[in-house]
Order: sequence, then C-alpha cells, then structure tokens
Amino acid sequence: MGHRARRACVRSGRNLNDVSTPAGYPVTVIGGYLGAGKTTLVNHLLRAANGRRLAVLVNEFGDLAIDASLIEADDGDMISIAGGCICCSYGSDLMAALMELPQRLPDMDAVIVEASGVALPGGIVSALTLLPEYVLDAVVVLADAETIRTRASDRYLADTIRRQLTDADLILLNKMDLVGSAALQELRDWLGAEVPHARVVAASHANVPPQTLLGIGASSRVQAGDGTHFEADGFMTLSFNPDARFDLDALGEALAAPDSGVIRAKGFLLNVAGELCTLHVVGSRFAVSSAPNGAAPAFVCIGMSGVLEVEHVNELLAGPGAA
Amino acid sequence: MTATTIYRARRVLTMNPSRPEATHVAVQGDRILGVGDLDELAGWGEYTLDERFAGHVLMPGLVEGHSHTMEGTFWRYVYCGYFDRTDPDGTTWPGLASIDAIVARLREAGERLGDGPIAGWSLDPIYYGERRVSRHDLDAASTERPIGVLHASGHIMNVNSKALELAGLLRSGINHEGVPLGDDGLPTGELKGPDAMMPVGAHVGFDRDVLACDELGLRQFARLCVRQGVTTATDLASLLPDDGVDMMLRVTGEESFPARIVPLRRFQGLTPEAYIERALELRVRSTDRLRLGRVKIVADGSIQGFSARLRWPGYYNGKPNGLWYVAPEHLREIYARALERGVQVHTHTNGDEATELVLDCVAGALVQHPRPDHRFTLQHCQLASAAQFRRIKALGMCVNLFPNHHFFWGEQHYATTVGPERATRMNACATALANGVPMAIHSDAPVTPLGPLFTAWCAVNRRTATGRVLGADERISVDTALRTITLGAAYTLHMDHEIGSIEVGKKADFAVLEADPTTVAPEELKDIPVWGTVHGGRVFEAAGI
Repeated sequence: MGHRARRACVRSGRNLNDVSTPAGYPVTVIGGYLGAGKTTLVNHLLRAANGRRLAVLVNEFGDLAIDASLIEADDGDMISIAGGCICCSYGSDLMAALMELPQRLPDMDAVIVEASGVALPGGIVSALTLLPEYVLDAVVVLADAETIRTRASDRYLADTIRRQLTDADLILLNKMDLVGSAALQELRDWLGAEVPHARVVAASHANVPPQTLLGIGASSRVQAGDGTHFEADGFMTLSFNPDARFDLDALGEALAAPDSGVIRAKGFLLNVAGELCTLHVVGSRFAVSSAPNGAAPAFVCIGMSGVLEVEHVNELLAGPGAA
Repeated sequence: MTATTIYRARRVLTMNPSRPEATHVAVQGDRILGVGDLDELAGWGEYTLDERFAGHVLMPGLVEGHSHTMEGTFWRYVYCGYFDRTDPDGTTWPGLASIDAIVARLREAGERLGDGPIAGWSLDPIYYGERRVSRHDLDAASTERPIGVLHASGHIMNVNSKALELAGLLRSGINHEGVPLGDDGLPTGELKGPDAMMPVGAHVGFDRDVLACDELGLRQFARLCVRQGVTTATDLASLLPDDGVDMMLRVTGEESFPARIVPLRRFQGLTPEAYIERALELRVRSTDRLRLGRVKIVADGSIQGFSARLRWPGYYNGKPNGLWYVAPEHLREIYARALERGVQVHTHTNGDEATELVLDCVAGALVQHPRPDHRFTLQHCQLASAAQFRRIKALGMCVNLFPNHHFFWGEQHYATTVGPERATRMNACATALANGVPMAIHSDAPVTPLGPLFTAWCAVNRRTATGRVLGADERISVDTALRTITLGAAYTLHMDHEIGSIEVGKKADFAVLEADPTTVAPEELKDIPVWGTVHGGRVFEAAGI
C-alpha cells in the first residue's frame, strides 16, 4: 500500500497553521548559512533513519559529502542509500525535483529539503503549498554557535541570516562544543530576542534525536506515539494516554506558546465533541485534524531537559477538569 | 596561395582609430588581408574585385556580449509582445496593442497549430494599463486547451483556467506570494517566479528541456544573428553538459553556420574548485566558432522582480531587499581559483549591493592571486554608482550595461522600483566611460530583442517606451556606441585582438548595412536595415538565410 491509500483513509481536517496533517508526504526544510552543519545533519539523519525511507533533496552534491559508507548506488543526480533512502540534487529547480520525487520513491516516509546557504526557507515553504502531494512538517534552521552573531551583523548577510532564523520553527544551535556551555544562555537570550517564536535546540555535530526534527505522521509503519520515546542526552519526552476531552485549539495554542518549552508534540486526543483528532505541534505552530482509523488516545511531548516545563505540560494534558 | 577577394563598399567603418574609414577591404580565407583604397590593397597581388557591397556600409561584425541562444528556441512559441519583432525567418510580427489582440493571436495560433497546448512569450502587461491579465482573458482564446504566456522578463507567466486545472492549482486555499488570488479565492492565472510557474510549465508546453537551447534553437538563433549584423554572440549561460557541447560543436562546425558562439558555464552543481576545472576542460574543446572556457555566476536577482540586492535606501516602494543567489564565500573562492588558473569570470549583478560585494570579493582575490588583464566582467551592473565605476576601473574589471532595459522598463524603475534619481542614472554608460571602464552594452535576448544597433540607439538616446529622455547626461555619442557594440564587447570577451574592428590580421567579420550609422539621425540608428553579414570571409545575406 502506498501513499495514495494513506491519503484515502485519512481525511484532512481543519488545518490551522499549515503544520503537517497526514494528507501528504511530510517535509522538513533544513536551512542555515554555509558551515552551520547542514551536511553533518543530513548525514546524521540518514544514519539514524532506522528503517524509515527518507528522501533527501540537496541543492548541490558539490556541497554534500555523503558518508561513503551510506552509499549503495550513485546514479548521477540521485544517490541510493542503505536502508531505502535516497538523496537527489535539485540545483536551481527544487519544484521539478519535488514533482519527480513520488515516482522515484513512492513509499517514502518523509522528505528532507536542504536549502542552499543563502536561501530563505520561507520561500521553500510557500513553494510546497503549490504541491498538494506535500505538507510542511517543520523548518529547521541551523545556526553556528560560534559565528551566528557575527554573521547576523555582517554587512552583506545580516538580513539574509535574520530572515532565515525568522523562518525557523526550530533553531538548531550547532557547534556548542566550540563555545562551551557558558555561552549557551547568552545565545539563547539573543535568539529569544531576535526570533521570539522559535524553539532553540542546542547541539554539537548536529547530533540531535531525529524525532525532534522529522515528522512522525504520515507513515504506514510508524504510528504516532511509536518511536517517539527515546533516550538522548539533554532531551526528554513526556507521554500521555488521556481519555479526557480537550479544547484542542486552546491546548495547541498553550503547547505552542514559548513558556511550554515544547519543541514538538503529537498524538491523538478527544475534542470537546468526543471525536478523536490529531494534534500536531511544531515549535510555535500547531494543527488539528481528524485522527486515522483505529487510533487510540495517546500523546507525546518532546523538549530539552531543563527547558521543557514538565509541570505546566502535565497540567495541560491532565485535561480541563484537573486545571 | 589562397585567393584574395577585395570588397568595394560605399564606406568601411573600421573602428580602428589609425584608419577610421576606407573604401575597400581585402579578405583572404577567413581573415582580413588589408583595409584601404584599391591601389593600396592591389599591392598584395592577384585578387578578385567584388562589387556587391558597393552600395553598402561595412562595419566590423557586431558583438553581442550578453544574450541567450534561447531566443532562437522561443520563436517556436506565439509571439505576444507589445512591440514589433522579427523572427528568424524575417517575418516581422506586429506588436499587440491590447489584451484582446493577444487573445486573438493566441486563438488564431491555436487553430493553425492543431491540438495541444498553446504557448506564448514576451507578454508585457505594463503596456495595457492598470489591469492585470487574468485566466479569464486567456480563456477567451480556449477553455479546452491549456495556454501559457511567458512575460518578457521571463519571471512571470499568465495561464488560462485549463492550465491551472491540469496543474492542480485551480483550487482555493493556495497561499503563495507568487500566485495572486481573485475575489473567488482561486488563482487569477498570473504565476510569478520559477516556483509558481514550474507546476504549470510542462502542461502549457514550456518544459525545462525545451527551454534549454536545442539544436533547432541554436540554428534559429544564428539566423537572427545574420539579420541583426551579429557575427559573435554569447550564450550567458548554461550548464554545458558534454552532450550539449558535442551538439554545439557539431552544429557550429558546419560550413554554413553563420555565427561565432561564446557559451559560458553557469555556476551550479559543482564546488568552486570543480567549477574552475570544468572551465579549463571545456576551454581546450574550443573551435573558431565555439569559444568555451569562460564562466558566469549570478549574484542576485532582478530589479523589477525586487530580487536584486540594493544598498541603502533600498526599493523606492519599500519592498524588502532582494536575494543572494550565491554565498559570498563561494564568490571569493571562485574568483581566487579563477585568477590562479586564468579563467575569466562574468558575474551577473543588478543591484548596487551585489556589485559592491563582487568588488570586495575580487579585490580580495586579486591580493591572493594577482593576474594582469583578467577582465572580470560585471553583467548588467545596472545601478552602479560613479564611485563603483571608479573602483571597477581600479580593479581592472569591465562592465556590460543594459540600455535596452532602460527603454522597456525605465518608467517602471522611475515610478516604483528604484525611484527617480537612481532610474535616471541607471546603466550609466557615460559615467562608466568617463572613468575609463571598458564597456559593452547588451540585449539579454530573449528578454529584449537581439539587435546591437537597437541597443546602441537605446544608449545614445536613453528614451523610455513612453518616448521621454530619462538621464540625458548619461547618453553617449553614436561613434562611442558603435565602438561599444564591436570592440567594446569583444574586449569583455578577451577577443578584441581577433574581432571587433576591421584591420589587418583580424577575422573577416562584417556587418553589412544599408545606411551609414554615422550619418543618419541618432534617432534613426535602430532603423538601419541590415543586409546581412560576412563571417570569417563567408557571405550571408539575411534575405536568403
């Protein structure tokens, strides 16, 4: 069963902020300036694909040194990678590459688009709205902890860097090993002032759990709640199986507010009318849609340890009665 | 010994300052044996006197320093421009004065062409008042067949309802800056930018593969060159894959091929290091009529698309600054490697901030790898200030300015994009030359028509499409303009030692004109009929091409 079957059985519901609903291939856009670690991140995600079929679109192979150990076949503009993933270069024509992709890998679970170093991820996001086969999952923008502030005041690059950061749902503050933990709070404060809506994930060598960056929705093999439990230094997950009814718009808004510390949240919850719905939160955006057949109430929140407001989130998920 | 032909002309304008004009030119093989009067030339020995140009004026073959051979490809689509334009067959298509006239031509073409999509090009809605062209307009040409009409800028396309429907775009809920919606919540049919055009392109017949220049397109382009007196033209730029280069070598190598093509390799898909290596690899495959080995980088977007990078105070209408199409690090590295290996780099800059970045990067790279006479060239460079021109000169760079743009879109630049002051000094030819900057001027065909005499007219008169003179102080003289479309352009290609003037030892490349450009009124420069060309000693008459 391929993509079409999934679309047929999962009817898209209300889509508040164009966050992913299970109506198409989920796309994660990875942006950030040269040297911020996009290639490292792509390699990391491919290595940790763990059975998921990822289609990675890169601007140029020239910039992407895919680990030789991952490559199974090299076919000019398409590289086949161990575990059923592929990587294609799109040059100046991302739209054409996206339009061809479903023929190349019909049963892909998620798409990763690596933007060029000077591209604005927002441009890619709006391009996706023209292709009904795809839904945006998240915009992840990498920032080099060592150089981001210099770049953000560069004579030629300042506005580009700031627009990239502004387009982000999640900012991956990378290369923390080069600046030490003392700088983390300072950078967080600076980013908080520059991009109030974005969630910041700190990392070294772009090493973050893939669950924080990739959609977990539109897969026939990976159900929500499944695979979202993970152990990783610096991260924590909160899992719930609530049978209460929720005002899902209000809950989504609360989880997407900066004071929740939630990076991502997804699962199935009952709305006030008692219908099971999907609630999907990425950074400051959220969406509510109808749940797939056979789903049961389950919900997971991901955040960074020390940043995720555990008590607050627990209260929100305890349901209206418990508040 | 190779036979010598001496052509008698009404006048030979040589562009050689030590012998500015003559009556005869002697050709041996593909080269000029000499210029002078018949007595002087007869001294070379046996010759045949050819009188066919006795009533014509000979100029050096004109050189187009920034065109796209795609202009030859576009003529298989329906011409929908506002101005008259001549196709490769020599048919002049009348400009279309109203949207109704466009619809009528599309409908007529549809009937003539049979089934399938109808594709048009060179639409420019600014000439039809405030109203935008909509899908409903084009539906009047056909509701059954998909229709797409590319704008003159190449950045926007108008399509009909059928085309939207086939692309899955005739639906509500689209939220894209490049896809304006009507009162009904559905797209109006105007698609702005490559992302918005792409899903529809194939349905209306504008496939990616078709837009790349193919064999037929290259042949058609060369025919246009003959009609416009052009003997050397750039293709700026493409990816130049091996099979494409093989095709161009084969076609240009045919004895009847009437032009010299200079294709530049675009920066895409390769690291800076591999890019420069590729240029060197291509260079050794060069022939007389296909000159390979130069490269072109695009630094920013377009001014009318608000994607050019402008310095303060930015766009006149307050739009945010444009986009970088290349990272400064890549620019620096390409320049450094190119200087080290001796590869010439042309860089597209429209906004003055993009120009500034290029100057900074070239200045840095020159410290690393000094190379005399590199002639790195800024293409378009439309908004450069006087100070920037001084710096361009100091760095040993050249410019290729875009006076045609001033004619077609000068009023828009004045009113909307950059405002009166900068619109008045855009494409500042006089300032560039006053500062000693080596300069070419160009058409960017198919964005504007191929035709260096028209481009020269634009630089000499600086009239906009409404007829007013915009930037009188940046006008240049006819003599200067003629030098610019010959030697000036040749210099930016490192080819001024073999083309661009009529003097001994150079290629026997001539533009054969029906009137003398130095004696007609400057306002009539663009109307001088072109009889044809002589290319490497071979005669090509436009009427028979």
